[in-house]
Amino acid sequence: MIPELGTYALVLALCLSVLLSTIPMVGAQRGNLLWISFARPLSIGVFFFTAISFVALTYAFLANDFSVSYVANNSNTALPWYYRMSAVWGGHEGSLLLWVLTLAGWTLAVALKSRDLPADILGRVLGVMGIITTGFLLFVLFTSSPFERLLPRSPAEGADLNPLLQDFGLIVHPPMLYMGYVGFSVAFAFAIAALLSGRLDAAWARWSRPWTNVAWAFLTLGITLGSWWAYYELGWGGWWFWDPVENASLMPWLIGTALVHSLAVTEKRGVFKSWTVLLAIFAFSLSLLGTFLVRSGVLTSVHAFAADPERGFFILMLLLITIGGSLFLYALRASEVKSESSFSLVSRETMLLVNNVLLTVICFTVLLGTLYPLLVDALGMGKISVGPPYFNALSVPVGALLMLFLGVGAVTRWRRQDGTALLKQLVVPFVIAIVLGVLSLMLREGESTLWTYVGVILAFWLLVMAISDISDRVRRRSTPVLANLKRLPRSYYGMQMAHLGVAVLAVGIAMVSAFNEQRDLRMAPGDTQQVGDYTFVFEGARHFDGPNYSSDIATLRVFYKGEPYDVMQPEKRLYTARGTVMTEVALDPGLFRDLYVALGEPLENGAWAIRLQFKPYVRWLWLGGLLMTFGGILAATDPRYRKQSRREQSKLETANA
Amino acid sequence: MNPKRKKRLLIVLFILSGAGVAVGLTLYALSQNINLFFSPTQIAQGEAPVGTRIRAGGMVVEGSVNRDNKSLRVEFEVTDFQNSVPIVYSGILPDLFREGQGIVAQGELDASGKLQAVEVLAKHDENYMPPEVAEALEKAGKMPKPSGQEFNK
Repeated sequence: MIPELGTYALVLALCLSVLLSTIPMVGAQRGNLLWISFARPLSIGVFFFTAISFVALTYAFLANDFSVSYVANNSNTALPWYYRMSAVWGGHEGSLLLWVLTLAGWTLAVALKSRDLPADILGRVLGVMGIITTGFLLFVLFTSSPFERLLPRSPAEGADLNPLLQDFGLIVHPPMLYMGYVGFSVAFAFAIAALLSGRLDAAWARWSRPWTNVAWAFLTLGITLGSWWAYYELGWGGWWFWDPVENASLMPWLIGTALVHSLAVTEKRGVFKSWTVLLAIFAFSLSLLGTFLVRSGVLTSVHAFAADPERGFFILMLLLITIGGSLFLYALRASEVKSESSFSLVSRETMLLVNNVLLTVICFTVLLGTLYPLLVDALGMGKISVGPPYFNALSVPVGALLMLFLGVGAVTRWRRQDGTALLKQLVVPFVIAIVLGVLSLMLREGESTLWTYVGVILAFWLLVMAISDISDRVRRRSTPVLANLKRLPRSYYGMQMAHLGVAVLAVGIAMVSAFNEQRDLRMAPGDTQQVGDYTFVFEGARHFDGPNYSSDIATLRVFYKGEPYDVMQPEKRLYTARGTVMTEVALDPGLFRDLYVALGEPLENGAWAIRLQFKPYVRWLWLGGLLMTFGGILAATDPRYRKQSRREQSKLETANA
Repeated sequence: MNPKRKKRLLIVLFILSGAGVAVGLTLYALSQNINLFFSPTQIAQGEAPVGTRIRAGGMVVEGSVNRDNKSLRVEFEVTDFQNSVPIVYSGILPDLFREGQGIVAQGELDASGKLQAVEVLAKHDENYMPPEVAEALEKAGKMPKPSGQEFNK
């Protein structure tokens, strides 16, 4: 009964979203306020019924209703309740339902939070969101309904959730990632609404900015969590594999980052408008492309599910309609857009243009590397794969260039700046960065490559520039330092924090790439192995039975410079329901290094294959991601967005009165 | 040419040359890092190059896994049920590596026709088959029926 209720609620949500995608749009076109005013209640209704459907599916999981085919495929009575709950988005159907729920949630948020928007803009934005929701609801209902029954032969026991996904990482990673992916639909909807109404101005950029920042922050967090999860769960100790599905999430992130910066220029200076719109369209299109790549099963990847071609075809159609329709509209309207000001060659506008060009270049190369194998396969020219060296060869130098310009751009003035004065301002920090970078690497043992130096020096460069910029701003006034620090706007701190995140991330990448130590060994009980300053002693493995698995737990005693330091217990688990073997690594995390021990397979006479790793600064990768996330959220919650829109509203009212 | 136009021209030239360099580097890097996939039959017929990084895959032959008892060196064969290829690998095999399981190995063919693998991939879903392997098996007409079809339609 409950699952049927879920389907029914989805059908109702579909009906409402069809209304949402038509009535307010027509109303906005004709200037009919009554019709526009339907947008808000309809958005609430769509969210309400989607949420009911999601709750129904969650209930089916918690109640172990194996007559529902999706539950039978992805759950099991032996599964703890919290994994049964996260199993809701552990497979294709449920994760699409989560996607639709997230979309409805963003629509609801826009409906509730944007009371200050002009009615016709709000109607159009919600209308566009409604169109997207309609497309995805149709997709769920016709190709991937999670509520299909296995009747009358319903199994007594479920097939269990993929053990890889029985983890805290799976509980949080997909919802965060989807919040980001789907969040770009808001930026997209704002862009389309602006094109439709022909009002591409600074106000549009200001409305769109906080939404874009929040979506970008969630996507950053989602990718960071994914990297962290892969690190400890897959048992290889890697944090980025240039896997096609990772690339699928990186591409919208790159374009989204460009969009966040380009929106800043559009809001402050009224230039780059048509470029910003194009970026908004592409950020969302790449999110859809990512969904297509993951869900259609065309890729070889850890994320690939057994998939059916009908689904891939459906998403491909959605993708083509979105890109085709929005680019068509863009072609019709973009020529009317005029820049409101000009800028000279040395100015912050130019620096942000460089940022946009570089980010787009990285995105393009990633796109090429991801799609090329598919293209070659489709043309029947053989099966190929593109290796990580390709991606590294391009993204590393372009990324370094990006950091170099980041340091310059953040202190350059809008509109015009004296080039020689700027150069003078930059020389001292640059020298300091080089000295600090070279010294800190010289003092460390081990071989550094050129790129290690580049990464560390550029990280110091960003740090020095941030400090000098903040101190410049504080010293400009004669009031006490603390009062001046308080006076700096929240969005400024957000920017500095996110940029500091870039520096931290760069240190992480440079250090872990250069100084990572890995040993794959055959260890019998009593064997010892030295890795860096640490000595590992293998004491053998014992058997252990968990709730839905049986496992072998190895014990390794760790000594630091001869002193007892830690006991690490990596595990090898056999999940009985599916017969799947899983590695549970043992970690000793630290701010400056991780010890990482993974158990391979058992060999004869109690010996095991064991992987020992020493990973310096690996935590900095995710720390950088977190800093960027918080920076984005700080910038989005700057009070000035609310104040300014209220001011405009009152201006409008006095003008009308 | 007035200064404004000159400035624009400079910006456009900057973008164009940047894009040109990027495209050139991209294509070069791409051509250096493509790994072609070969099925065991293709390798047996001598279609695969020797000493070049390639990918090969198929089902692990039952009873072919042979471990060295002093190191982590392991030898096994993969097959598309027409021909098979011996693979040598030194290191930790993935969790889902088993006899009868579809895998993909990446490495170079040596002069004796063995694939010296640097990476062995097995996927983390027991009913999932790497698309390359599935196609190779289909070509050989030996695609096995997946078990538990009830749960995976």
